[in-house]
Amino acid sequence: MSVGVLIVGEVVDGGLHPTVRQLVNAAGQIDQDALLCLAVDDAFDVGALDCVRVGNVILLEHPNAADDGVGGVYSLVSELVCEAIERLQPSSVLIAKTDAGSVVSARVAARFAAGLAADCVDLTVNPSTGRVAVTRPVHGGSAFAVYEFAGDGLQVVSVRPGAFEADVAGGTPEVERIDLSGVSVSGAVPVLVETVSEAGEGIPLEQADVVVSGGRGLGGPEPFENLRELCGLLNAALGASRAACDAGWIDHSHQVGLTGKSISPTTYITVGVSGASQHMAGCSSARNIVAIDKDREANIFSHARYGVVGDWAKVLPAFTAAVAELAGKETP
Amino acid sequence: MLKIAVCAKQVPDTDIPPSQFKVDEDELQVIPPAGVPPIVNGFDMNAVEAALRLRDEGVECEIVIFSVGTAFALDVMKKPLAIGADRLVLVDDETSEALDALGTARVLAAAIEQDGGADLVLAGRQASDWDQGHVPIMLSELMSAPLVTLVRNLAMSAGGDSFEVERVAEGGFQRIECPMPAVMTVTNELGEARYANLRGIMAATRKRPETRTIADLGIGDVANDGKLAMTGLFVPVSESTVEFIEGEDEADAGRLLALRLREAKLI
Ligand SMILES: Cc1cc2nc3c(=O)[nH]c(=O)nc-3n(C[C@H](O)[C@H](O)[C@H](O)COP(=O)(O)OP(=O)(O)OC[C@H]3O[C@@H](n4cnc5c(N)ncnc54)[C@H](O)[C@@H]3O)c2cc1C
Ligand SMILES: Nc1ncnc2c1ncn2[C@@H]1O[C@H](COP(=O)(O)O)[C@@H](O)[C@H]1O
Repeated sequence: MSVGVLIVGEVVDGGLHPTVRQLVNAAGQIDQDALLCLAVDDAFDVGALDCVRVGNVILLEHPNAADDGVGGVYSLVSELVCEAIERLQPSSVLIAKTDAGSVVSARVAARFAAGLAADCVDLTVNPSTGRVAVTRPVHGGSAFAVYEFAGDGLQVVSVRPGAFEADVAGGTPEVERIDLSGVSVSGAVPVLVETVSEAGEGIPLEQADVVVSGGRGLGGPEPFENLRELCGLLNAALGASRAACDAGWIDHSHQVGLTGKSISPTTYITVGVSGASQHMAGCSSARNIVAIDKDREANIFSHARYGVVGDWAKVLPAFTAAVAELAGKETP
Repeated sequence: MLKIAVCAKQVPDTDIPPSQFKVDEDELQVIPPAGVPPIVNGFDMNAVEAALRLRDEGVECEIVIFSVGTAFALDVMKKPLAIGADRLVLVDDETSEALDALGTARVLAAAIEQDGGADLVLAGRQASDWDQGHVPIMLSELMSAPLVTLVRNLAMSAGGDSFEVERVAEGGFQRIECPMPAVMTVTNELGEARYANLRGIMAATRKRPETRTIADLGIGDVANDGKLAMTGLFVPVSESTVEFIEGEDEADAGRLLALRLREAKLI
């Protein structure tokens, strides 16, 4: 059997990772009958597949498939996917550029000496060559590069999470099972000792309709208290630039950007954030950016819809007080 | 003695204002702004710091920096030496520009191998030029060594035969025990590299990099050519035009901003 596009989906907690439906849409740009493969164990809920619009779903079954994301740092999943590629001989493989997808895609590409286009935000078939072409942000989002595959070898594409809408059309794919319980990782593997969850503070960034972020311009950890107050009034999530996180003013789990969280709120308010391309990479799908910064030339203003040029220490308290008043509450 | 290889890449300075970032759309090249020296990729300096902290903890180790590239700025590439790394191996080769991640990983693997191998290979989580984060993963494939990505804390186990690692994960972190030899990628959560002191800088000035070409490594054709070709490179234009809210003073502007946002139904 030989197939066109093979989507490698990520499984979390016995269900589909949100990027799976995004990959379905991405695959649709180049192949209407893509196959979806998932590395699963017994606990996988097949019901989760009910409305996935793909040609077929192939379950790569292994008793430790779900364990691996934590132990082994995705080495077993990588083996399962390599085995699936061996058997199915796809022309292209599509994976999400998550932490797991980064490892799996790079391992697959190394194993098959394939071409690997990473972190793509657009996929097309070049009408004149018939080959797959991709667009991806580079240099922290300062530029975009377009690549086209050549030759006959395997093509591996990883897709930036959030770059494609999730598919909602739905379908009733046929499910096929491949027993890969005989596959193992050769050689030494890292062993997971424990997973420690660090309870995040406030509303999760990815889900918030309003996000308020602070940057280096705040000058220290204390002003984040002012932002917390504002977040409370606006029912907003609290974000930060990497500079603020690296300085230890706020936990890294609040970092927005290329190497932090990707957010897409309706309203994104930044205070003392200059708007470096790596920061903007995480909030480019925010619909309305509102910036407070003392530098009129700051890059954030070239992305913002509304801005105030000024010292946050003067602007923010008055802004917060006015917001409180509008909300019918008084600031304490 | 533990041998630690740190992979470090020379990249354009990321701290230039975005407006100064220019590309040549025909030559498909980034035009570095005049007079701004390159830097050692930020995450690679975090990786050097991780190695130095092992030494601080009493682990006897040799720390060797490996870099593949060309037109090296020596004073830049010597920065890891100035803060305590022992040696600098530069694979200086014009053809390295054309290597993809797999090609680069093959060269690094060969350079490390020729240098006697390593018990631990540290790299950055991604290089800030092409933002891929593939080279170390491929390196672990080529070396058949276990891989841990996104390391934020690294220590030697009590027995001295494995590493105790904290790895950043969604919603927290994972504690991992990793056998050696291993490949790890380091993230900025580990902490910034220390500053060089005068003595370190002087010592680094005296040290000479050990230079090789790809041919010196005796690995034949390393390129993973002809699989993927860049056909376009452009700087996006922002379509947004900002409406500056002004008032009698800064506080007034803040107040008016709230009113404007309410009017626009954004809050
Ligand atoms: C590979 C890579 C990945 C990265 N990933 C990320 C990422 O995920 N997220 C991220 O945010 N960054 C990331 N960065 C870092 C990024 O390049 C910038 O360094 C960082 O975003 C700058 O943070 P900042 O805007 O808070 O600080 P600065 O750039 O220093 O800006 C501070 C701003 O505050 C203003 N200011 C100063 N004082 C006041 C005042 N009193 N009142 C009002 N305004 C004031 C200044 O005018 C300035 O605009 C990454 C970098 C690299 C190389
Ligand atoms: N040319 C190179 N020389 C040395 N190390 C490199 C090179 N390219 C990549 N690396 C290492 O691999 C990491 C990830 O790079 P990349 O896969 O290019 O994003 C970097 O942070 C470096 O540690």
